Amino acid sequence: MMELYHGPLDVKEIFGRWLDEEAESNYGAYIPFVGTIRAEDGIEALSFDIYEPVLQKWFDAWQQKAKERGAVVKMAHSIGDVPVHTSSYVSAVFSPKRRVALELIEEFVEDFKANAPIWKYDVKNGKRIYAEDRSTPMDGSGLLA
Amino acid sequence: MVKIEFLGPIGKAPVEMDAATLADVAKKLQEDGTLKEWLPKCAVALNDTMVSDLSTPLKEGDRISILPPVCGG
Repeated sequence: MMELYHGPLDVKEIFGRWLDEEAESNYGAYIPFVGTIRAEDGIEALSFDIYEPVLQKWFDAWQQKAKERGAVVKMAHSIGDVPVHTSSYVSAVFSPKRRVALELIEEFVEDFKANAPIWKYDVKNGKRIYAEDRSTPMDGSGLLA
Repeated sequence: MVKIEFLGPIGKAPVEMDAATLADVAKKLQEDGTLKEWLPKCAVALNDTMVSDLSTPLKEGDRISILPPVCGG
């Protein structure tokens, strides 16, 4: 399941609900990840653009990979402005035993950073500035150059 | 005609063009000076599926998305 919200995430509500959703699924491990906006370089917030159709396909492919290993992945992400000290991204893996969940959460979060179609901006004095130096070209970039 | 959309920070309005393959699209976009810095680091989706082959054939009404470097989270 993938959830998108405008503004910061209600982390406790999301993790609590996910826990309830899988309460009877007989998973032995539940590994959550929370991404929180740090105060640095004088930013007030980060801001995000998302291209949902490609993000949904990327996420569906990960759901399939997780399923093949007996696991489930979930994620939620923010659209628009997210103030410092609040959260813009949470994800989690549920699996029967811990080893698969520990491996999958790392692979999933790292591939998310590299290939999820999401663009980040610093917000300073109310202005959005593309975080170009922290951004990564997606797999297959440069095809049209 | 196919439609080209420029996502995220590129900040360019969509364009339409006649193109038989992605190679035709590449050739036309390379003539646009405002895209010179972007094209080497952008990925490409055809009707919301990522593509990696310039010989990919195009048909009337196809949508091509240009995806600049990403940073989620």
